[in-house]
Amino acid sequence: MPVRIQVTVNGKQYTSEVEARDLLVYYLRDSLRLTGAHVGCDTSSCGACTVLIDGQAAKSCTVLAVQADGCSITTVEGMGAPDSLHPLQEGFREHHGLQCGFCTPGMIMVAADLLQRNPDPSEMDIRHALEGNFCRCTGYHNIVRSVQYAAEKMKEHTKINAA
Amino acid sequence: MTFIGKSVKRLEDKRFITGKGNYTDDIVLPGMTHGYILRSPYAHARIVRIDTSDAAAMPGVVAIFTGKDIAETGIVGVPTGWQVNFRSGDTMKEPPHPLLVSDKALHVGDGIAIVIAESREQAKDAADSIDVEYEVLPAVANPAKAAQPGAPLVHDIAPGNVAFDWELGNPRAEVDAALAASHHITEMDIVNQRLVPNAIEPRAAIGHYEDAYDKYTLYTTSQNPHLTRLLMCAFVLGIPEHKVRVVAPDVGGGFGSKIFHYAEEALVTWCSRRLKRPVKWVADRSESFITDAHGRDHVTRAQMGFDKDGRVTALKVSTYANLGAYLSTFAPAVPTYLHGTLMQGLYTTPKINVEVFGMFTHTVAVDAYRGAGRPEATYVLERLMDTAALEMNMDPAELRRINFIPPFDGVNQPGYQTQVALQYDSGNYDAVLDRALEMVGYEDFRKEQEAARKEGRLLGIGFSTYIEACGIAPSAVVGALGARAGLYESAQVRVQPTGKVSVYTGAHSHGQGHETTFAQVVADRLGISLEDVEIVHGDSEAVAFGMGTYGSRSLAVGGSAIVKSLDKVLEKGAKIAAHKLEAAVEDLEYTGGRWTVKGSDKSIGFGDVALTAYVPHDYPQGVEPGLDFSSFYDPANFTYPFGAHVAIVEVDAETGKVSLKRFIAVDDVGNVINPMIVEGQIHGGLAQGIGQALLEGAIYDDEGQLLNGSYMDYAMPRADDLPSFEVDRKVTPCPHNPLGVKGAGEAGCIGSTPAVVNAVMDALRPFGIKKDLEMPLTPERVWRAMQG
Repeated sequence: MPVRIQVTVNGKQYTSEVEARDLLVYYLRDSLRLTGAHVGCDTSSCGACTVLIDGQAAKSCTVLAVQADGCSITTVEGMGAPDSLHPLQEGFREHHGLQCGFCTPGMIMVAADLLQRNPDPSEMDIRHALEGNFCRCTGYHNIVRSVQYAAEKMKEHTKINAA
Repeated sequence: MTFIGKSVKRLEDKRFITGKGNYTDDIVLPGMTHGYILRSPYAHARIVRIDTSDAAAMPGVVAIFTGKDIAETGIVGVPTGWQVNFRSGDTMKEPPHPLLVSDKALHVGDGIAIVIAESREQAKDAADSIDVEYEVLPAVANPAKAAQPGAPLVHDIAPGNVAFDWELGNPRAEVDAALAASHHITEMDIVNQRLVPNAIEPRAAIGHYEDAYDKYTLYTTSQNPHLTRLLMCAFVLGIPEHKVRVVAPDVGGGFGSKIFHYAEEALVTWCSRRLKRPVKWVADRSESFITDAHGRDHVTRAQMGFDKDGRVTALKVSTYANLGAYLSTFAPAVPTYLHGTLMQGLYTTPKINVEVFGMFTHTVAVDAYRGAGRPEATYVLERLMDTAALEMNMDPAELRRINFIPPFDGVNQPGYQTQVALQYDSGNYDAVLDRALEMVGYEDFRKEQEAARKEGRLLGIGFSTYIEACGIAPSAVVGALGARAGLYESAQVRVQPTGKVSVYTGAHSHGQGHETTFAQVVADRLGISLEDVEIVHGDSEAVAFGMGTYGSRSLAVGGSAIVKSLDKVLEKGAKIAAHKLEAAVEDLEYTGGRWTVKGSDKSIGFGDVALTAYVPHDYPQGVEPGLDFSSFYDPANFTYPFGAHVAIVEVDAETGKVSLKRFIAVDDVGNVINPMIVEGQIHGGLAQGIGQALLEGAIYDDEGQLLNGSYMDYAMPRADDLPSFEVDRKVTPCPHNPLGVKGAGEAGCIGSTPAVVNAVMDALRPFGIKKDLEMPLTPERVWRAMQG
């Protein structure tokens, strides 16, 4: 039976009819055509579908669309566009933090969650924060560098804003 | 202006970091239906009865097809691309591999029926309602057990479950004699466990038949779209090749598992024709585990003989290689021509014999996975080396060094002819080992290790010096070895009238960064900017032909094809330039994107020549308009990258948990176009190789059930399992291709595994463990070994 939900995705409001069993990731991908969140597994293990729900990283394959009713969601598409990249997106490009790109949106979102909580993470902090997300291409080495780059960049921004 | 050797940031990144990549599952076509495949839960079972009537009546169901429906149209199944015959000369046993089985399921995951519905959920719901009666039969999963008398038979046509047996090298009797005369023999039973490639993007395919055009389009997660088209059209469905377009859009990792032509690709294409609607199939991860081709799975006995100084006298290897239930596209080649041929390693071993039994089992097919055969060979050699060093009380680095083939560049010194068919192109093995020892601080480490042992801490160091054969491969050679295809590559360089350049390559990028590396080669050769170059790949309608990406071949073979076309562009461009400059071609030089009359200031730019080629009003006689060339490049030899890897581990004496403290990799992959990308390739390979050593392994029980077929159960390396890597490079150019490149995609995966295992064994030295520990070296296995 269809259920009506109201969500804000990347700052835009949507009212949609969803099936009670629809997963949030399929709602985003199929109904809103935001295909940045990817489905890499069926056990909430790979993190390729990670988005922010009310600012917190969540695996959107493990959340029903109806559970997101009334929530504000940020996907990788909401982070920045090709001509106005978020420091994290910039970091992944600068430090070759991606190869095939399939895990990348999830990595960016979980790193965004980390940097909100911990603006100055150590390498181990970063590795622990990323451990719910699989990457099979990079060996994580350059993903860590990418997040470190973004942390630096965002600290500079904060300093400039404070000044 | 030069781009070669620069760490140019990747041109393809922007779409991926903004969520705008275009993967197969992102594609939605008008009227698209969704397919879900019901699969056998048993490894070996006769299908007594299938009742689809309840399922067919369920909401949204469009059609259900079973194996019988397909068999009735005369379709036999997907073929293999290699033929490896028996030593006796008998033909390889090659059973059919149906798209869906109609009588017997031969592994867990064998397709039984496909349900096509309006939505993916409806298709799944209906598949649950298909009633199948199975008669469960005994199964065998292990390749050595499959060879035992009385083992359950996978195919009636293959007695003893043997698909082929194969032998290479010096006569066995000679090797036995050399072993018997040896001062010391190291003998090991080695298991190279089965791995699941696990590209993070699950396989997917969309078949789209358009009756108004009588044309098919297949979108698929492939490393190899042209070969998929050829195999599917000519050998599976019998449809004309010019009526089929195969598109491999952005592909989320492959590691070998997406080289092959899979049943689902033909299945959705066939279904789409039946229904005259697009049919999409996307694997669940659980489905990927039981349908993607797996890798490795060798059971080996090896003996290596040494003289009193530690020089290797002989090597004898006997391997049971698991092929799974069916022969996948490259499967017969992997344990033979990509494995047996590497048994020389970096060493001067004078007598080598290797035999391989290709075994059918009731498991999913085994085929090329990152490194494909070469990691298995390297693992055997490098475990033997370290074990021998221990047994002979020699330093493991020194033992390797005294056995190294001396340096040769392949130009002034000839290539090195091995005992196992290959001729190495160029190498300098001392250089990589020296650099690795320097980076690790070997002498200091041994002191630290000694001090740690006194405190009860278990530190270990492990080496691996590897060689691999990549840039596959000369067509005539692989043809003689049983390949049913050539292994050249094609490239078209189309100069647009404004001087912008579109390059169409048969290689396929699924993370390797071709759109950047290839553009660097083009921009460099033509002296134009990177922004003026586009690299097009992955679409059979755009690219004339291609053999795809695997075996670290893209730059060595595909890049060389591009260079050939670029040279043709410059040759013709010079004729046009000479005409415009009223000079002789011999008097021109081309630098910085301009033809200049030597010793003058008269010149013309690349863009002006391009425009002239397409607006040929004032034009040289006898020259055709246009500036657009295609080339095929067939390599003269394989390429042979090599390197030295060193691992430092600490084993927790209480729990057996292994922590990887440092990993040093010094690789020589020939010339490097983009160091950033090459390092990224090495990093990724290291993670997969380390994963095999410490974490990964597909576990089949005796009934053929895959016990760890999910990401919750199959342990892949996560970010906090790995350290940052310490990598460096040496450069010994490849002497036989125009770029001097060798290939970097698999090196990390080939060298790293034995280095880690050797390090753990070194850490465990005080325990005097004699038996080889089986990978992955989980805390439990290490702890048990420590208990004796």
